[in-house]
Amino acid sequence: MTVIAPEQAGPAGPSQPDKVRKPRRRVDLRQYGILAALAVIILLFQVLTGGRLLYPGNVSNLIQQNAYVLILAIGMVIVIIAGHIDLSVGSVVAVVGAIAGLAMQSWGLPWWAAVGIALIVGAVIGAWQGFWVAFVGIPAFIVTLAGMLVFRGLALVLLTGGTISGLPAEFNAIGSGTLPTAGTPDLITFAIAAVAVIALVFQLVRTRATLKRLDLPRERAASAWTKVGIASAAILYVAYLLAYNRGTPIILLILAALILIYSFVLGRTVFGRHVYAMGGNLFAAQMSGVKTKWVNFFIFVNMGLLAGLAGVVSTARAGSAVASAGQSFELDAIAAVFIGGAAVQGGVGTVVGAVIGGLVMGVLNQGLSILSVDAAWQQVIKGLVLLFAVAFDVYSKRRSGR
Amino acid sequence: MENAILTMRGIVKDFNGVKALNGVDITVRRGEVHAICGENGAGKSTLMKVLSGVYPHGSFDGVITFEGEQVAYRSINDSERDGIVIIHQELALSPYLSIAENIFLGNEVARGGVIDWNKTNAEAAKLLARVGLAENPTTKILELGVGKQQLVEIAKALSKRVKLLILDEPTAALNDDDSAHLIDLLKHLREQGITSIIISHKLKEIRAIADTVTVIRDGSTIEEFDVDDSDEIETRIIRAMVGRSLDNQFPPRDPQIGEEKFRVEHWNAYHPVDVGRKVVDDVSFSVRAGEIVGFAGLMGAGRTELAMSIFGRTYGTDISGKVFKDGVEIQTRTVDEAIRNGIAYATEDRKRYGLNLIGSITVNVSAAALGKLAKLGVIDRHREYTVAEDYRKKMNIKTSSVGALTGRLSGGNQQKVVLSKWIYSGPDVLILDEPTRGIDVGAKYEIYGIINELAAQGKAVIVISSELPELIGLSDRIYTIAEGRLTGEVAREDATQEELMRHMTAARAEGAIK
Repeated sequence: MTVIAPEQAGPAGPSQPDKVRKPRRRVDLRQYGILAALAVIILLFQVLTGGRLLYPGNVSNLIQQNAYVLILAIGMVIVIIAGHIDLSVGSVVAVVGAIAGLAMQSWGLPWWAAVGIALIVGAVIGAWQGFWVAFVGIPAFIVTLAGMLVFRGLALVLLTGGTISGLPAEFNAIGSGTLPTAGTPDLITFAIAAVAVIALVFQLVRTRATLKRLDLPRERAASAWTKVGIASAAILYVAYLLAYNRGTPIILLILAALILIYSFVLGRTVFGRHVYAMGGNLFAAQMSGVKTKWVNFFIFVNMGLLAGLAGVVSTARAGSAVASAGQSFELDAIAAVFIGGAAVQGGVGTVVGAVIGGLVMGVLNQGLSILSVDAAWQQVIKGLVLLFAVAFDVYSKRRSGR
Repeated sequence: MENAILTMRGIVKDFNGVKALNGVDITVRRGEVHAICGENGAGKSTLMKVLSGVYPHGSFDGVITFEGEQVAYRSINDSERDGIVIIHQELALSPYLSIAENIFLGNEVARGGVIDWNKTNAEAAKLLARVGLAENPTTKILELGVGKQQLVEIAKALSKRVKLLILDEPTAALNDDDSAHLIDLLKHLREQGITSIIISHKLKEIRAIADTVTVIRDGSTIEEFDVDDSDEIETRIIRAMVGRSLDNQFPPRDPQIGEEKFRVEHWNAYHPVDVGRKVVDDVSFSVRAGEIVGFAGLMGAGRTELAMSIFGRTYGTDISGKVFKDGVEIQTRTVDEAIRNGIAYATEDRKRYGLNLIGSITVNVSAAALGKLAKLGVIDRHREYTVAEDYRKKMNIKTSSVGALTGRLSGGNQQKVVLSKWIYSGPDVLILDEPTRGIDVGAKYEIYGIINELAAQGKAVIVISSELPELIGLSDRIYTIAEGRLTGEVAREDATQEELMRHMTAARAEGAIK
């Protein structure tokens, strides 16, 4: 991943002399801002709800109910870094859910085949939209606005306004089930958490050893270990809450895998680098040999695939397919991405940021529901949080002299 | 000092502890043309931002006196109200609005919010006459070349009753004709009593027009002296700018020219929008290994178009012709294919086509050759960092770390990043389009050294430049191009500015007869 180092001088500043001091790898403060905001919001609701926000049952719900935002936000952040937008994902969720429901109920297919079909349909829809954006050159805003109407309409056609319910229990488990448990508190959950913490520590030790061997700049040991320490504590705390409820939600594992995979893709692969390069300066990317059309195409195929997965997850969570599913999901995902520090002009953003942004939205949803705030007011509050989050971001960038 | 329109005393401006300006003093007399010189990063632009209120009063130390009164500008609006107008290097006109609309943008000739178009256009026509621009005020900006746009900017400044006109690198993007016109215009404005400050790298221009020059180095005033049109003045300015004298503007080189490396035959390209117009017309040329070949031509002659149409067909339509490397025909239909075949093209417009300005030096250096750093599509970031660090040292890119954003670098350092990127892509043929545009004397010298080094490694180097002395000083051979056609080929020994100019204008003269 690009480590964005805040430079001190303005564009016209003096050329800085070579410093003898070895450069430290610097960290992106913006992301900590978002993380701090998440912590503040959690604390706020914890106080407001008299501690009910972090009841074991509520935490499990929070994860399962907001999984769709996180999945969509991961796809959306890539779309937005590349300088596009996707307004159609909510409708894609609905049409994919409808097809999955039909596959199991009308066509008599097993649940795993239905999931496979759903993901393929999602990717095909993505390819359709990617074709218009990448090869015909129609702005993604238009293509996906059209897609929003088309796929919502198709969902209505497929379900003829009705609902498909009574889906297989295995299918529903994807959205609302948990892994098998071993006792109360659940030892499997603790085992998973322990593995995660060990992996974190191992990864840090290994990275630092490599950096040292290659004589590359490293983050200060104290700060790196503090971060791992905080992350480990958070993992263990969540594990503790889950272990005392129903164990590890299946969707949590899917989410963890997605976060790891897509962080890697964006941060470490050529494809990810091309996405950032195109968002940063499309012309320069073209002139450097980036096959921008194909990159755009695959960005939308990927978004379609993830929208398909979100369709599976939200249908499974609801236990039924309805044509009105996924209403305004695209807006939740886009909001999550921008709260997570992505730039409207493209070129900037991270998967982790988008996930944290999604969690901010999720905690707001959950906290406001526990407080039984009217749905209308919930929308007002979420809208204002988005506005202030981005305003803060713009303000802090301006202060840093840019 | 009596008769000073502007004095700035002891200006100190720091950015988080780094002093961009460290005690600048400047005195501008009423009615003169005052030049400010200094290498990129010396603090010239920062100084102008301090003066115009972009950096508000209080964010810097020192005293500014304008028209005998101490001033404290908090924004550009404040300084413009006093008659101080800055024209930036990047012009700030709205392309889809007319000349008149742009001139009066933000200052509309209106009554009760309703614009009086007749009066607007009539006033604009008067201003255009003053700056010597023969265009209809209703012409849209996008139909004008850069030179004419500059004149519109000046007309706009005049409409604001300018007392002190500041031009930041006004001729950096202009050809010789437009530059000459601009210089004449400044003289004319001086006669009308308008004081100007001109920031420029072009010493010939400063000689021709400035009355006084202030040289800034590392954020401090080094010298301030009167200017006359002499070689001694030029030498004195250079010495003050770089802290040493530059007897040789070009580093020494012993050309080792080998076999033919690169050849283009019967190359044609048409304009992408105006498809009937032939922009590159049957051009054939060749470059040998270790040879530096210059391309000279006036603005719009088709030099960049030729280069870009060869490099991955990034310009033009209906392109035809053959490209050979080491005697074997190669294809360059996409940028990727061109790079794989060992061709690199460093653009003339580094901000638009060359760099990801919100990306670090590291990601920019590796951008054209990620394949070399990746296995199965996964980038080896440690090696990438090492490569970037290596180029930072080799190319002397002045920054504290390769994690710095390229958007924050000075022009010379940005150009070094662009060159690093293309050198790292491992080309055999390098096309360098205006490699020293808008960068200072010291950085230019370094870049000439890099170009020589590339040739010494046996690469074929093509340099496109608008500065004839640069081409003559650098190239082994120079092709001239006019209206899309090659009009001459001049060996280094025979190359003079007059000779080149004769070829560069050849086709135009024929056209005029017709």
